Amino acid sequence: MTAAAPEAALTSDSDALLSTEALTKHFPTKDGAGVIHAVNGVSLTLRRGETVGVVGESGCGKSTFARLCLRLIEPTSGTLAFDGGDLRALSPAALRARRRDMQIVFQDPFASLDPRMRVGAIIREPLDIHGVGTRADREREVQALLARVGLPPDAAQRFPHEFSGGQRQRIGIARAIALRPKLLVLDEPVSALDVSIQAQILNLLAALKRELGLSYLFISHDLAVIRHISDHVAVMYLGQVVEFTDVETLYARPAHPYTEALISAIPQPDPSRRRQRIVLKGDLPSPESPPPGCPFHTRCPKAWDSCRTVVPADLDIGEPGRPHRVRCHLHDPALAATRPAG
Amino acid sequence: MALLEVEDLTVSFAGSGRRVTVLDGVSFTLDAGEIVGLVGESGCGKSITAMSVMRLLPSPPSRVDRGGVRFAGTDLLSLPERRMRAMRGNRIGMIFQEPMTSLNPTFTVGWQIDEALRLHTGLNAEQRRARCLELMGLVGVGAAERRLGQYPHELSGGLRQRVMIAMALACGPEMIIADEPTTALDVTIQAQILDLLVTLRRDLGTAILMITHDLGVVAEYCDRVVVMYAGKVVEKAPVESLFARPRHPYTTGLLASMPRLDSGRGPLASIPGMVPSPGSRPPGCPFADRCPNVLPRCAPEMPPLETGPDGHAFACWNPMP
Repeated sequence: MTAAAPEAALTSDSDALLSTEALTKHFPTKDGAGVIHAVNGVSLTLRRGETVGVVGESGCGKSTFARLCLRLIEPTSGTLAFDGGDLRALSPAALRARRRDMQIVFQDPFASLDPRMRVGAIIREPLDIHGVGTRADREREVQALLARVGLPPDAAQRFPHEFSGGQRQRIGIARAIALRPKLLVLDEPVSALDVSIQAQILNLLAALKRELGLSYLFISHDLAVIRHISDHVAVMYLGQVVEFTDVETLYARPAHPYTEALISAIPQPDPSRRRQRIVLKGDLPSPESPPPGCPFHTRCPKAWDSCRTVVPADLDIGEPGRPHRVRCHLHDPALAATRPAG
Repeated sequence: MALLEVEDLTVSFAGSGRRVTVLDGVSFTLDAGEIVGLVGESGCGKSITAMSVMRLLPSPPSRVDRGGVRFAGTDLLSLPERRMRAMRGNRIGMIFQEPMTSLNPTFTVGWQIDEALRLHTGLNAEQRRARCLELMGLVGVGAAERRLGQYPHELSGGLRQRVMIAMALACGPEMIIADEPTTALDVTIQAQILDLLVTLRRDLGTAILMITHDLGVVAEYCDRVVVMYAGKVVEKAPVESLFARPRHPYTTGLLASMPRLDSGRGPLASIPGMVPSPGSRPPGCPFADRCPNVLPRCAPEMPPLETGPDGHAFACWNPMP
């Protein structure tokens, strides 16, 4: 076991499509007196063709992290590399051009689609902006995209309000894939949908990823959805990634007490296996004044003195070639030895 | 005898020149001390059912066309409004999804919990104060004295939901109707609130009608379940029986479309199509056009909801084995 070497997370390997190193975003509070630590030193790598799930509760910084990755908001510090290039170094014009390869889908498709535009124009807009082909080419492409996401051809002539939530999400996805991006950032894309419609959209996303060779950064609060779609999972708490590993390991052997509690808290549709769940006490602390030491210590059932004072290091407890990173003193032999017995 | 009996409840709304039926022959019961889950997707009528039981739907445009609601032997639908008001808050409590919309932002938490006691009990100010503190302890709010002096916006979502539960419990109701009580909450806070509701049922014997879209919540917290689809009850059963052997193809489809922690990660068995809107439902089974088991008689002819000896009922001509 070693502390994760910083260069391991950087884009030294050409497999990495997106990588962040100590990415940080601080917002000033409304009164200007304080600082909200929305994202606090996140190092994460997303390899080509894979889905990285980012999961956490409200205020953990997952949506801010998603926007930072596309530079929709500017990081306070840290590095951000996309497809081998430094994204932070790009001029606004170069960044706009780069965004052809990186698109985002939001939770509420209604809020993100212009209600006065016809669906055809909404889907065609990115093609228009980037001047792809002739007008006729673009119209043909819109029809192909509609078919690809499972919408009827006449959808192009209609307006967003004429569609259900699930269909609107299909429209948002068609627009996002119009430029054949390499990376799709999906921010709670199925959270507003009923479960039967959610399944349709998850299946569509899986099919598109396979057919178009996409990579996904998938943000969600739902651990069952994250398990279903992800190859690797990052668990965030108060602006930090507290655990990161492959999906099988995370759900079979969660190493962070927060991950363990999150998994245990999901109600499962199987009354024969009603479980003794771990119920965390108290509320999420405010990211404006995160607790000292480990940010989770105020709710952690296993915390002891060291947790209240010492910030946990980013440890790698995985096998070689299978990283399993965790920020918890339980996995640091020197500190774990200070834990009182019982 | 059941504490709550909903019998053949049929409710319509007036809209653009015609009446649209939104609830069609809904029947179920809730016994004293029992937790029954009313489950279904958006538009299935589960919240309309709750609002009809409480007589909180504006009328017009809504109208009860058929059926009855009896609570502890009293016919709620024919009760004068004055007595219905006493029933709400006093003997039936309600908890909603978003506490912010049902708490008054301009009054302190203490004032709002006290309100029910002022209206429905003969307690004096000192006794009411003591009861408010007791209630805050009951729902697990620490630093109760300080919290009672705070306004709703000063509290987190979880604390607001606890305050709303305290308000619902103020007069010791026999039944609580909880409409998606944890849907707006984070999963660790959801676990706290659901555990609290189960504890209250155990310690106080309060019956709970739990309205939810989440079959996981039903499986882990309810005794019996009523599955609704497009304004109709399609299946009802004890929880163990429903999950062990769901009979209605809609219930099966709903279960299969849930990503689970204990299943493979291949494609989910989604239900094709969409829920029909209230104005365009067929005379027969509303699930017919999405159903893998559909027969020619399904769309024209609604199957009866027949209860077997095990208490498991389903309305289907061609049920799952």
